[in-house]
Amino acid sequence: MSIVPEFIVRFYHKTASPPYFYSLSNKLLPWLTAIFLILLGYGLYGGLYLAPTDYQQGDSYRIIYVHVPAAWMSLFIYVVMAIAGGISLIWRMKIADVVLISSAPIGASFTFIALVTGSLWGKPMWGTWWVWDARLTSELILLFLYLGVISLYGAIEDKRTASKAVAILALVGVVNIPIIHYSVQWWNTLHQGPTVTKMDKPSIHLDMLIPLLVMATAFKLYYAIAMLQVAKVEILMREQNTQWVKKLLEDK
Amino acid sequence: MSLMSAFFAVIRRDLILAFRRRAEIANPLFFFVLVVSLFPLGVGANPKLLQIMAPGVIWVSALLAVMLSLDSLFRSDFDDGSLEQLLLSPHPLTILVMAKIIAHWLVTGVPLLVVAPLLAIFLGLPEQALGTLFLTLVLATPVLSLIGSIGVSLTVGLRRGGMIISLLVLPLYVPVLIFASNAVEMAGNGLSVDPQINILIAIFFMSAVLAPLPAAAALKMSVN
Repeated sequence: MSIVPEFIVRFYHKTASPPYFYSLSNKLLPWLTAIFLILLGYGLYGGLYLAPTDYQQGDSYRIIYVHVPAAWMSLFIYVVMAIAGGISLIWRMKIADVVLISSAPIGASFTFIALVTGSLWGKPMWGTWWVWDARLTSELILLFLYLGVISLYGAIEDKRTASKAVAILALVGVVNIPIIHYSVQWWNTLHQGPTVTKMDKPSIHLDMLIPLLVMATAFKLYYAIAMLQVAKVEILMREQNTQWVKKLLEDK
Repeated sequence: MSLMSAFFAVIRRDLILAFRRRAEIANPLFFFVLVVSLFPLGVGANPKLLQIMAPGVIWVSALLAVMLSLDSLFRSDFDDGSLEQLLLSPHPLTILVMAKIIAHWLVTGVPLLVVAPLLAIFLGLPEQALGTLFLTLVLATPVLSLIGSIGVSLTVGLRRGGMIISLLVLPLYVPVLIFASNAVEMAGNGLSVDPQINILIAIFFMSAVLAPLPAAAALKMSVN
């Protein structure tokens, strides 16, 4: 008897097969897109209209609704990549490789967005575009970690070897994630401390918090949509010589 | 051959090889000295400025020097096929990789230990910081070789791994750089450096235990 329920195990094994994953993502994508659009609409409306103006930062704090979810995603995606890397190294699951490498450019983009919006926010608040504060620096290093994964994958010609290499690299790089997270507590310079994830009570007004969380969920869905689309292409490229892909092309 | 004798045989072999190609030992060292001496030329010879920058300059240059020497860790073995022999041996690859890392540190890290305090004096680092500088180098240059081994073993199969290895390895060097140069700076101001040294010791042990594992896995992947 295993601890994990039977149907989860079966689902896990089923998703490991590329054709099933392909058709599953085809089925999921419209739903994900619909929910994403609803959440994004509500999040933007709530963040830009409903949420009260900040008594200190005025309206310019509203960039938080892009900046903070993007920064969260930049960390989240790296962890997803590391988990996918672990799965691919342990169980040799092809889909995990695909998920890993499809996530990397999206994660890099979110990191870049977090850096740019942070810099735009920093100009009116701190009076400077860039400070060598711990969190900004770690975010920049995270961007380099993403770029390392992308360029290592691009440099190795045999894609099976390349997948293994980036899986190892993602696992090694994930050591950096806690350093990024705890750097706030370690150095705590110009960047404001965490306002949402404090254990007792978030130091942010509820009317501001709810749109933020909605936006964060919307960003997660966006990641899922973008990743599945890249993954679909990647699967087709890798499986182009198999029967099911040929059949798929004939049906079209 | 027992594991112990295989371990020491690998170290011995690498040391002999390095000793026969002395230029390879000297090059990173020359590079280190050269980069450090470029800084006064670039930022001006103001002694106060140099004194403030000294810990960072020395550490950044050490980082770059070690990074440039990393290629010698597996490259020639990969080219002449002895890396395959290493993989075929019945002993655990992580241990043999560890032996290679130790040999690499003896060849590239130890000369830095000798030269760095000298350069620190040139840059006007306060004398009370020299001991700390030496201590941070003793603790952290092995970490540079350890973490670097992961980067090299991932890229050893590539024709042009040079640029990629810097992208892979330098971000991982950041914690070492921060704590080591911060410790030297604090020591220069006469403050206690116990926290930084403790963290460096932790990083050292952590990377000594963990780094050979992905390095060995990546080598198996690179050689196929």
